[in-house]
Amino acid sequence: MSVVEYIRNTQVWKSVFRHPAPYDRRNRAVVMLTNFFLHLHPVSAKQGGIALSYTWCMGGVTFFLFLVETLTGVLLMFYYRPTLEWAFTDIRALRDVTTLGVMREIHRWGAHAMVITVWLHMYRVFLTGSYKPPREFNWVIGVLLLVLTLLLSFTGYLLPWDQLAIWAITVGSNMARATPILGHEGPGFQLLNIGGFELITKGSDARFLLLGAREVGEETLNRFYILHCVAIPLVVATLIAIHFWRVRKDGGISQPL
Amino acid sequence: MLEPHPDLTTHVIHGLGWLYTVMFLMNVGWTVRSFNREGHYDKILGFQVPHLPKAFVWAIYTALLGLLAATHLAADGDPQDFFFRMPVALKDAINVVIANPISFFLLSILMFAAMIWLRKWLVRPTVGWVLLNFSMLFLGLSMTDYDFRQIVGKPDNVPIVGMLFIVGYFTWLYFAKAVENDRRIAAGEPKIEDEQADQVLVWPDLVYTEMICMLLLTAVLIFWGVGLDAPLEEPASAVKTPNPSKAPWYFLGLQEMLVYYDPWMAGVVLPTIILVGLMAIPYIDFNKLGNGYYTFDQRKFSVSMFLFGFLPLWVAMIILGTFIRGPNWNMFGPYEYWDVHKLEVLNNINLSDWFWVDQMNKPLPRPGAEDGFAATALIILKREWLGLALVAGYLLVFPPLGAITVFRRFFVKMGFVRYMVLANLILFMAALPLKMAVRWLFNLKYIVAIPEWFFNI
Repeated sequence: MSVVEYIRNTQVWKSVFRHPAPYDRRNRAVVMLTNFFLHLHPVSAKQGGIALSYTWCMGGVTFFLFLVETLTGVLLMFYYRPTLEWAFTDIRALRDVTTLGVMREIHRWGAHAMVITVWLHMYRVFLTGSYKPPREFNWVIGVLLLVLTLLLSFTGYLLPWDQLAIWAITVGSNMARATPILGHEGPGFQLLNIGGFELITKGSDARFLLLGAREVGEETLNRFYILHCVAIPLVVATLIAIHFWRVRKDGGISQPL
Repeated sequence: MLEPHPDLTTHVIHGLGWLYTVMFLMNVGWTVRSFNREGHYDKILGFQVPHLPKAFVWAIYTALLGLLAATHLAADGDPQDFFFRMPVALKDAINVVIANPISFFLLSILMFAAMIWLRKWLVRPTVGWVLLNFSMLFLGLSMTDYDFRQIVGKPDNVPIVGMLFIVGYFTWLYFAKAVENDRRIAAGEPKIEDEQADQVLVWPDLVYTEMICMLLLTAVLIFWGVGLDAPLEEPASAVKTPNPSKAPWYFLGLQEMLVYYDPWMAGVVLPTIILVGLMAIPYIDFNKLGNGYYTFDQRKFSVSMFLFGFLPLWVAMIILGTFIRGPNWNMFGPYEYWDVHKLEVLNNINLSDWFWVDQMNKPLPRPGAEDGFAATALIILKREWLGLALVAGYLLVFPPLGAITVFRRFFVKMGFVRYMVLANLILFMAALPLKMAVRWLFNLKYIVAIPEWFFNI
């Protein structure tokens, strides 16, 4: 009896993996059903439907990048303090002195890559017509995930608190003050002028809601930090779960039922 | 004398040497492929030749690349005397074409049309390979320019260069599969996807692919992270406004729209419509064909619309915003110095100015400060009637007009609501190129200009 066989026969191993190794056809099916991480997949699929040249693997790559961002992001959170006093200094220290400060590089490049892979995933799904019935609603969830990916990237852009960060966020958030009705320089904001009292001002419009202040400042940094690290990832994780679940329930990743 | 902005340094030359080495190795592989798959020439230009493999052209090209790589890697003289660099005349010509919004946009539209028109020719492996080699050589030669390196080499712009190659590759791959499937459908043969209709077990056929993807990606991210520092500029300062101030790169298509539309349109309304339009796609595409396989002929309209929105209106706008827009949001050629003092004369006029001042020879009607809301509204209505009528006409006339003419079949199949959604989405998508065209043709600033209410179109 080899060592491997011995280990596979221990009570501990069997309690974790409830079936023999996936060496034969039966156990290759069973492993997909009994392993939590693998049960996202079906047991079998059409060969053409999972061919790399057909799927481009971009949805999977996007999900993997989301996991990479979560992992590196959590590690960065141990180090980074979202205050005017420390934000920039912490990031510079990550670059110059901190062991494994390369996590910040991986986090940023991974974020850029994730935006691109989301686009490519949608590109493929469109070009294979995979949004057609019965998968219409999963495409809608996908568009929401696209928006949230962009928002994740946008909120993260501010956190290094350098010139690149605050001015990109300033340019981006300046749009919000032109929101129709809800922005203080948007068409129709006077509609919310009730009895001579203006509801929409520089201190109460859509941009203020986004920034937490009249200009990009410490309140914005705090707001974007919470959005970036907690609020948006929670929503994204929920939607990803629904997205994957619907893929299975709607009849696999692509092709008619 | 040390030149402050050298086009070439030893570092750059050696870096290019590695690029050409990669191209050399790629083409060694391609020559072998060509030798195994392609036939022989028996005649060249009418002359008998003794059974020459077609691969010999690739062999010569590969040898030249090898020489190019060796010359670069071995270079140790004064970089200023180095021979291989982008010719100045070519740089100037490219600058002129790219730094002008009209030729830039026309070029991207032309390339888009050519891509669809010539798809059957473009998807030939040899043509694809030539295009790839051409773009790599173009990138390599361009790197011999100081200003080009400054903008392309910015850490945050590196992913965009990568994206261009990746989007180009996948678009090519799509057309390759679609053209082949369309040929098979026309000939009554089974599609590529149908040939692989067997059910296979996900373990190992899919999970192993996924694991290899994950390992490769991890390696790529680690190498990328170690090799290229993430950008970190000076500490934030609310008083030092950089020129140009740019949004994050994936929003630069939207920022580009600000040239033509006010923030409420470019920053709020149009992005919202893009997202709503994306979500509406499955509900307005009534075509049952093309589900689960690549095809162009069976979905000409929907695929062309999507590609038009993604390639010239989104990706090309990001390129424009990232690489071409410089200080004061002026356009600069890829080999041009970003001069803060570059002047571009802007004398755009509003439609109401043209109508009242130029045509009627009257002053522009203006509401007085003491006018009430109703009086102000009337004066504004009178002033902007032409623009308002044009916008209303655009939105109200085209959908019914389409329904009884070119989109008649769509209207009948889709019903009123779906058809109206589709028609309006197309009108809003066309609003950008249309506004560009009237800006360039007539120097038109706003069709409707109501600054009193922040309502400019």
